[in-house]
Amino acid sequence: MSELDFTVKIGNKLTLKNPVMLASGTVGYGNEISEFLDLSEIGAIVTKSISLKPRKGNPPQRVVETTGGMLNAIGLANVGVEKFISEKLPFLEKVNSTLICNIAASSVEEYTECVKILDKYKIIKGFEINVSCPNVKDGGLIFGNNLEAVAGITEKVRVVTEKPVIIKLSPNVSNIAEFAKVAKERGADAVSAINTLVGTAFDIYTRRPKIKNITGGLSGPAIKPVALAKVFEISRNVDIPIIGIGGISKWEDAIEFMIAGASAFQLGTINFVNPKAAKEILEGVKNYCLQNNIKEISGLTGSYEL
Amino acid sequence: MTIENYVILRNKKLTEKTFELTIDAPELARLSEPGQFCNIKVSGELIPLLRRPFSISQVSGTEVTFMIAVTGTGTGILAKKQTGDELNVLGPLGKGFGIDDTFETAILIAGGIGVAPFPFLINKLKEQGKEIILFNGARNSAELIKLNFENELNSTDDGSAGLKGNVIDLLHANRKLFVNKNVKVFGCGPHPMLKALQDYCSTGNLNCEISVESNMACGFGICQGCPVHSASEDKYYLICKDGPVFNSRDIIL
Ligand SMILES: Cc1cc2nc3c(=O)[nH]c(=O)nc-3n(C[C@H](O)[C@H](O)[C@H](O)COP(=O)(O)OP(=O)(O)OC[C@H]3O[C@@H](n4cnc5c(N)ncnc54)[C@H](O)[C@@H]3O)c2cc1C
Ligand SMILES: Cc1cc2nc3c(=O)[nH]c(=O)nc-3n(C[C@H](O)[C@H](O)[C@H](O)COP(=O)(O)O)c2cc1C
Ligand code: FES
Repeated sequence: MSELDFTVKIGNKLTLKNPVMLASGTVGYGNEISEFLDLSEIGAIVTKSISLKPRKGNPPQRVVETTGGMLNAIGLANVGVEKFISEKLPFLEKVNSTLICNIAASSVEEYTECVKILDKYKIIKGFEINVSCPNVKDGGLIFGNNLEAVAGITEKVRVVTEKPVIIKLSPNVSNIAEFAKVAKERGADAVSAINTLVGTAFDIYTRRPKIKNITGGLSGPAIKPVALAKVFEISRNVDIPIIGIGGISKWEDAIEFMIAGASAFQLGTINFVNPKAAKEILEGVKNYCLQNNIKEISGLTGSYEL
Repeated sequence: MTIENYVILRNKKLTEKTFELTIDAPELARLSEPGQFCNIKVSGELIPLLRRPFSISQVSGTEVTFMIAVTGTGTGILAKKQTGDELNVLGPLGKGFGIDDTFETAILIAGGIGVAPFPFLINKLKEQGKEIILFNGARNSAELIKLNFENELNSTDDGSAGLKGNVIDLLHANRKLFVNKNVKVFGCGPHPMLKALQDYCSTGNLNCEISVESNMACGFGICQGCPVHSASEDKYYLICKDGPVFNSRDIIL
């Protein structure tokens, strides 16, 4: 029996040993989850969004569970690029995992400045540009649902790095394929979809929002059908590699994303529930390929029958 | 930190709304310290999705016990667990109570289900030869979870057991028991109680540690979902990682 080829290519510049990635904001900078997961076995790890200066984040409550999912309004709390380099990179260098840095910013200049600073570190294999955080007043979604802004950011970031650039798209738009198209035209190597959906929840006794920020980002199994539809929409309309994200909790979900058009996929909220999920899902996907005589995992991408 | 399925040995009813779940968990028992907590998946289903945090209430040999109050869906599911059922537990998590300082007398203040971490703490304090006084309050006698510890004083809001009043009133009324001693205060309970305790200890200049709650998604530092503001710097601590036990001087409630 020939060996299963589990590698996936995301554009011309990025090859992952397998399609399983850990999503931004759901694994910090890798150190805690590494107690449960051998990060060298995972396709890639995406850092918590990094901004030029540290961000304190939003006041509590920041998270609340909803049916089959959760709302979060963390507010991009992160250590900032300087401390990321001095305190977090050394660990990530040791674990021998493909490292993608996710960047958040409130201006085009801040994005390019951040990428420029990080670009010289060999261990960083690519950038995921977060233009879609729903929980900060400056930047975030203001960029994410504005085609011009996404075009501008992609173009400017493209100039300052040769490394793969992935634009992380917001689902809070009516036509996500337009955004993917613009990202492609301005030089992005791939898009990832989706970030969280704007949502809220009220306490019926106090009549107050359950999270301090009033709205938050919905994630988890509840959003999977939406995420899948967004991935499918991009894949049918734009020829650009897609990284599928949203509500994956088991290997079957991951396969679905690949069939719908994803070259790789990211696990988010499920890491909180089961920190070993990435390994289990990887095994499940492998078994599926073996049982179905699939020799190259990449053959699954966009293999839907209509 | 471990993540494991454990067999439930016992589910013991304490009051109308509270119960104790005991699991056989040798490794967890060995690693646990008073004040730490575990994040428990209440079922194998996706609803409820997230784990639920519970203090480690007692460790005895290879057994670990949680003391739980039914307040919603997840705790309702746990209440129905039976001997032989399995429970997926992540822990031990966070930083527990500091019991190695030079104090002679430990003053334990519990409000309602806040008494949960104290059986384990009492055991460890006894091992260290400390004097212990437990002030344990609840809304009424039916809800009071007495530990039946020899040095326990009670209060209830309606006066149906012990002093009529809250646990801070109880503490104040019994000041003579500890005023001239080298004490350390340990508090766990609802937010308003912790705030009142914080004030009481800062006014009286008492060294005090409190166990703080927050909604949590992960429980081990990867989601940033559980902030509490630092008292000295413009930053948040994470309750699950830097706490849940903090010196009452260090945080703003
Ligand atoms: C560090 C820590 C230790 C705790 N120790 C104990 C204990 O020993 N015994 C005990 O009975 N309870 C304890 N709690 C509170 C317990 O976690 C909640 O009562 C429980 O999560 C409620 O779940 P539910 O599904 O029944 O309630 P629901 O209201 O249906 O839960 C909905 C969501 O809100 C969260 N939530 C609701 N109330 C709380 C709360 N007070 N604290 C944190 N999250 C909450 C839940 O985790 C869940 O994500 C502790 C909480 C923390 C943070
Ligand atoms: C608590 C939390 C924090 C997140 N933080 C970030 C972030 O900093 N940057 C980012 O691009 N996405 C962030 N996300 C979005 C996730 O990366 C992912 O796109 C989303 O949660 C959907 O996937 P899921 O349903 O598998 O969680 C966050 C999600 C959660 C739940
Ligand atoms: S609960 Fe996730 S960081 Fe504290």
